[in-house]
This record gives sequence, C-alpha cells and structure tokens, in this order.
Amino acid sequence: MNNKNKKISIHIAKRPPLPAKTVTLLYIFAIFLALCFGGIFILCLGVNPFKFFAKVFTGSLQSKLARVALMRIIMPLFITSIGVSVAFKMKFWNTGAEGQFIMGAVFACWAAFTFENLPQPIMLLLMAVSAIIGGGLFGMVTAFFKCKFGTNETLLTLMFNYIALYIVQLLRDGIWRDPAAGGFPKIAQLPENAWVYQLGGIDMTWVICIILYIIANIYFSKTKQGYEISVVGDSQNTARYAGMDVNKIVMRTMFISSAICALAGMFQVAGDGTSHTLTTGIASGIGFTAITVAWLGKLNPTGIMAVSVLFGILEKGCGVAKSTFNLSPAVADILQGIILFVILGFDFVITYKIVFDKKNANAEEKKGENA
Amino acid sequence: MTIDNTNTNYAIELKGICKSFGTVKANDNIDLTVRFGEILALLGENGSGKTTLMNMLSGIYHPDGGSIYVDGNEVSIQSPEDAKRLGIGMVHQHFKLVDVMTAADNITLGGKGGLFVKKDRFKEIKELSEKYSFELDPEKLVMNMSVSEKQTVEILKLMYNGARILILDEPTAVLTPQETEKLFDILRNMKKEGCAIIIITHKLNEVMSISDRVTILHKGKSVQTVNTAETNPNELTELMVGHPMQLSIRRVECEKGENILHVHNLTLENSDGAEVIKKLSFDLYEGEILGVAGVAGSGQKELCEAIAGLYPIKKGAVLYRDMNIEGKTPREIIDLGISMSFIPEDRLGMGLAASLDIVDNMMLKTYRDKKGIFVDRVTAEELANKVVEELEVKTPDVHTPVRQLSGGNVQKVLLGREIAADPSVIITAYAVRGLDINSSYTIYDALNEQKERGVGVLFIGEDLDVMLELCDRIMVLCHGQCSGIVEAKETTKEYLGLLMTASVTEGENDEQ
Repeated sequence: MNNKNKKISIHIAKRPPLPAKTVTLLYIFAIFLALCFGGIFILCLGVNPFKFFAKVFTGSLQSKLARVALMRIIMPLFITSIGVSVAFKMKFWNTGAEGQFIMGAVFACWAAFTFENLPQPIMLLLMAVSAIIGGGLFGMVTAFFKCKFGTNETLLTLMFNYIALYIVQLLRDGIWRDPAAGGFPKIAQLPENAWVYQLGGIDMTWVICIILYIIANIYFSKTKQGYEISVVGDSQNTARYAGMDVNKIVMRTMFISSAICALAGMFQVAGDGTSHTLTTGIASGIGFTAITVAWLGKLNPTGIMAVSVLFGILEKGCGVAKSTFNLSPAVADILQGIILFVILGFDFVITYKIVFDKKNANAEEKKGENA
Repeated sequence: MTIDNTNTNYAIELKGICKSFGTVKANDNIDLTVRFGEILALLGENGSGKTTLMNMLSGIYHPDGGSIYVDGNEVSIQSPEDAKRLGIGMVHQHFKLVDVMTAADNITLGGKGGLFVKKDRFKEIKELSEKYSFELDPEKLVMNMSVSEKQTVEILKLMYNGARILILDEPTAVLTPQETEKLFDILRNMKKEGCAIIIITHKLNEVMSISDRVTILHKGKSVQTVNTAETNPNELTELMVGHPMQLSIRRVECEKGENILHVHNLTLENSDGAEVIKKLSFDLYEGEILGVAGVAGSGQKELCEAIAGLYPIKKGAVLYRDMNIEGKTPREIIDLGISMSFIPEDRLGMGLAASLDIVDNMMLKTYRDKKGIFVDRVTAEELANKVVEELEVKTPDVHTPVRQLSGGNVQKVLLGREIAADPSVIITAYAVRGLDINSSYTIYDALNEQKERGVGVLFIGEDLDVMLELCDRIMVLCHGQCSGIVEAKETTKEYLGLLMTASVTEGENDEQ
C-alpha cells in the first residue's frame, strides 16, 4: 500500500448560494454560450451563423407584421405557462396543459355556437366563463383522482391530453361538422361576434397577459391561497399540521391551473392566430412548451414572461431564417434544444462546484486488486 | 487476517482532515489516532463534525484536505468498498438489514463466498458469535428481533467481513440501560481480540465507562485527546462546550392544577393494521411536565399525532378538559378554541415548511385569522423578529428559508412560534434531538417557564437522565402499551430501563 502515485481525484460539492446578481449574469452568459454552440451547429450546415442570428432577430422584430406574428406566439404561451406554474408551485405535476388548452377552446366554441346571436361583449364573457369552468373542471378531475385514490397526476394529466384531442376530432366529424365545407371535415368558423376585440393592431389578448401577470404576482406572494400552495408544495404533513384541508387546496389549485390554460385556449380560438376556427391543431404543442417555459422561468411570473419572449423570438425568427437560408424547419427545434441544455447545465454550475484535488492516492493499487 | 497486538502502527491516524459543505466547515484540520486493542470515544455536541469525520473513514464522503493512514500506510478511501477492503466497518444509526431474512443470511449477504448460499452458514455464524461472546440465534428472522439484537447482527456482519477497525455511530441511542451494558461487554471482548473501536457518543457517563481515550471535537475542530482515566465528566463538558457549564436542570416546583388532557383507552393502528398504541390511558394536569419514555418506535410518534388530530384513532377517547377531540382535524380543534401546541419529531417535514422563510413559518397556524384574501406578513414579521431575539436564533435575517438554519435554530423557531400561540397544552417529541447543550438548556428553561404558567406539557424524550431531572412524572411506553407511570423523584434510571423492556419479553413469548 505504499504505492504513492500522484493522482487527481474529482468530486462534486454543493456551493454556497450565489447572490442574485451573479445568478442573473450567469444565465445571460448561458444564453450567450448557447448561441455560440448553436452557431457552430449552423456553421456545420454551411450557413454563416452571424447572418443567421441577425435574421432571427430582424425576422421576428423588424416589421410590424413580424411583431404581430411574434406576439401571437408569445401570448398563448405565456398564459399557459402561468397556468402550469400554479400547479407546479404546489409540486402537482400538471402535464395536461395541452388538453386543458384544447378543452378551453372547445367550451368557448360551444358557447359561441349555442348562443350565436348574443352581443359581442356578452358573448366573449360567456365564452371565457365556459372555458374557465369547463376547462377547470376537466383538469380538476385529475386532482380528484389523485386525492381520492392516490393516482399519479403526471400520467393522468398526460393521458387527458389525448381525450381532449379526440373530443375535437369527434366534434369535427360529428355534430360540429361544417355543412358549408363541401364534405371536407372541418368545424365552422366562429361567428364574428365571438371574435376577440382588436387593440393596437392585434387582438387584445395581450391585455389579458398583462392583467394575468399582475394577478399572478399578487396571488403567489400576497394571498392566503398562494401561501397555502407554497406550504402544500413544501410538505403535505406540514399543511395538515397547520390545519389546512390538503385535498381541498389541491383540487382548487388544479382547477385554477387548468382554468388558466383553458382561458389561453379560448383566446387562441377566438383570436386572429387561428382564423377563428377550432381545429385539432389548435394547441400545437403549446401546452408542452409551457412546461419548459414555466421551469426555465423558475415558476416566477417575471421569469416566465422573459422566457416566453425568448422562445417566441426563437420560434418566429428561426422560421424566417430557415426559409431565407433554405434550411429544414427542424433547425428551430434543435436550437431550442441546445439552449435548454446549456441553461439546465448552468443550473448545475450555480448549485454545485467541481473540486479537483491532487492527492497521494492508492488508485493504482486498487486497479490491480480489481483485475 | 491475523492481528498482531505488538503492532506499533496506529490502526487509524488522521492528520489535518478538512471537509466543507458549502460555507460550513464541518471538519477543520482534525487529528485523531486509535490503536489496535483500544476503544476511543469521539465526543462532541451535535453538529461538531463527529459523524462527518467517520463517514470519511467509511468512504461515504471524501475529505477536502488532509491525510488518512491505516495501519501505517497512507490511503485514499473513495468508496465504502475501499473501506471494507481496509478492514474498516461502521455501524450506522439506522440499520441496514433485510427484515425477512435470518441473522446468518444477513451477515453472509454480499460477503465472501460463491454464488450459492453456504449450507453451514448457521454453524459458522454461531462459532463467530461465540468467539466474541455475542448472544445471537443465527436462524432468527431480523423482523422478529429487538433493536439490540439487530445491532448485534450489524456488528457481526462487520466482523464476518474481516473488519478490524469498528466505528459505532451513537450505538446506545436506541438501547435501554441494560442493553447498553450488554453492548459494552461485547465491545470490551472485541478490544481484547485486538480490534480498534471508535464509538461516537455525547453521553458522558458512557464515555467514562467504556473508553480508553477520548478525542473531543468542538465546532469541527479536534480540541484535545485525553486518557479517560485521567479526566472527569466536568472537564469533558468544558472541553466539549468550550466553557464551563452547570449540568443540572432545575425542576420548578409548582402546584399541580386541574386535569387538562385525559386519554382514555386509546388504541391506534398503523396502515398495516398493526396496533401501535394499545389501550393507553393517562392524565395530564396543568402545571406539570409528564415525560414519556420508551425505546424508539414504541408508539410515541403516533400518540402525539393522534392527540394533535393528525393520526386516525381506532378506539378510545381524547378529552381536553371535558371536550372530546377524538376524530377532530387540527382545524376543528383550533376552531373549538383549544390552544394546543404540538412540536413534532419531524420539524422540517411537519412542524415547519422548510423552503419558506422564518416570517412565513410564523404564520403557519394563524394566517387565516386576518379577514380577507390577503395574508398579514407584518404581524408575522414582528413575531419572527421577537422569536429570533428572545431565543437567540442564529440567522442572517428573518427572510432566510428555515432549511438553511442549523438543527438547534430550526427547533427554536418552531418552539418560539408554538409558545407565542399561548397554549394550554404543549406536546413535544424529542425536543432537544440534534441540539447542542446550550440550545438544549434554552429549551428546558422555556418548557419550565410554560409549566409555571400552568401549561400541561407532554414531553417525549430519549435521554433518561434529562427526563429524571426535568419531568414531574414519567410514563413508560413499551410496544405501544403503558408499562408504568412513576414519580420522577422516586424512581431510578435502572427501574425505568426495566419498564422499557418489561413487556418486550412478554411480546416475544406471545409470538412464539
């Protein structure tokens, strides 16, 4: 055992919490680094990465048309992400935002088709209320099963996405089939009194986003319900100890979470982005992207806002850039993946440090023994 | 492996061992030696770095700096496998045994030998246990064993795997006084056989009775090593705490008041349908501290939670004055106007929300009191500041998540909040577990103060010496049954020990 080789051993240690300013700078650096890695990837495709990224920014921000299109990506994503984060704060893994989004759109359409002659403001209000109640209950069912039978909410909410998707298909091929479409299976466009008002050259969903941003901030940090969500998310035993009705809080919170996702669906179908028509592609993955956005935004409304904008620019900008440089549409997804990876990698750097220590180790000898 | 008693090498020599977790220096330049044929006691308050140091010897952590020598050779212990190869074995506070297997199978599991179970394993283990005069039936299933027997299996497992250097992490915490004596006999035998033994403890009388030398740790540093024969408990305390200390707890004499809590024929079942509390009846009066003693896992946790409305009651009644609170939720109990403070064993998992700050934790039970939809953080912050000041909680500020506080400070936050609620009954489970001596005495004083105010205190404890000094009466639980309620002044530790085990033998007879 006297074998004294100089060996370097590496281990991982938790680091003391860094100041908020350093953390922010690190994340900005992470985005920069992600762009560098993305740039290398673009270079491999034979395109100048500087020109590509320049196109990403100009393509998404330069013209008014581009900015409107960008907003249409950001708005539903932001609302849905806030919805998801309400449940996530409670450590209730709601992966069913996609389905809740779709059901919101379905219930909104139901209101519009059933009471088609209402004046526009009442119609919009009715649509929003049906989306909130219908979509909220659709999500609350999963919470009910969790509380009553201890089912796994991640799987159940995920499965509910398919139910929602196939309900739309059923409606499209059945009772809501548009007879004017000449045999083509589609749902009719919403009547004009069910369209969202225009404000500033775009539908006024953005006003809802701002209101929701303010309410979410207050709800999380100032209200009793927000406090209950934090406690239940921390420890259900502590919540019970404090005299909270855990099941009631779980169901209520899940109702709110899915109601917000459903509201996003209502504005999607009644807004300009989808030509006011319910299709099976109404959510097109927004509910899943929202999970990522909520996490990257650290379940904080401001963070979620920032990440939504970033994702929006990436998606819209890459869309423009890929057609300019004649690249595959998958490029945007790959770039998003790279950014995600680097940011999550930085999460590790922020929490842990790697320690190298040179030691007289008997590693050499151990190798001999193991052989 | 043959053991050479004349070996002049230290079994273990540690030089300048350092280990940090974040900003906390758990071990700071620690030196320690132990010879073969010697028992070294490692003494120190909770949080002084004893377990961290030993975990580095058993390969669970890796030191940031310093050198480890085993039998004279410098080594690097990267994993528990390395430790095993070097003959180092550790008995942890929580046993790592397979319940449904026999003692012999647990011992031979994962050890030397081929693919198949050896037929003569029972005989082999019998012989090994006789060599060190263990009392063990190799064919007994672990699930039918008492804590003390399980510990024996753990030690034998290490011996079977050729350990010559044994580390025991607070082995007596789960034992009755009688069982402790038995363990010490075993350790003395092993010492004669030439083993090196390190025993972690913070009980001074045990240090005096078992060890040859004592190394004292204080705030992560090795303060001194002394020969046990040349020291006394007072000197050890002074070294351990860093300043002289009066080691007695005052028992406040006050008039016993009215009956405030009456538990009648209480029976509790766990989720498997096994009875964890059987037909328990007792009374708690105003202005008294009723201690509850018993081996860990005798139903203490369930009893506390049942009274607090957090555990379903199978049969029986819990009366607060003359109100039956059986089957009521904590919310309903509060709504009845009953101010009962429960300081649970699992502080961060039940009493507090670990990721929230001190302010938010202060309003855990009172956040509903304010009308409207908003919480009142102003009052909570005032209370937080008051608790931090009065109980000397060490924290950067009141907005620090309680998870980042040390064990003693977490307990002070919890106790401070509960006392501030102006309770008439306090239930505390292991109130000083993991606390340093100073914090422990702060807690004892706080409880005595409440007693003087006429509060009835139910004190679940583990250190019998402390309970004898602090409590008025002591109830002993054994396998969920009350084996006796005695006046603390008129009883002895030995008698309590007998009560703690009295029905253990009964229980075993029933099973057979």
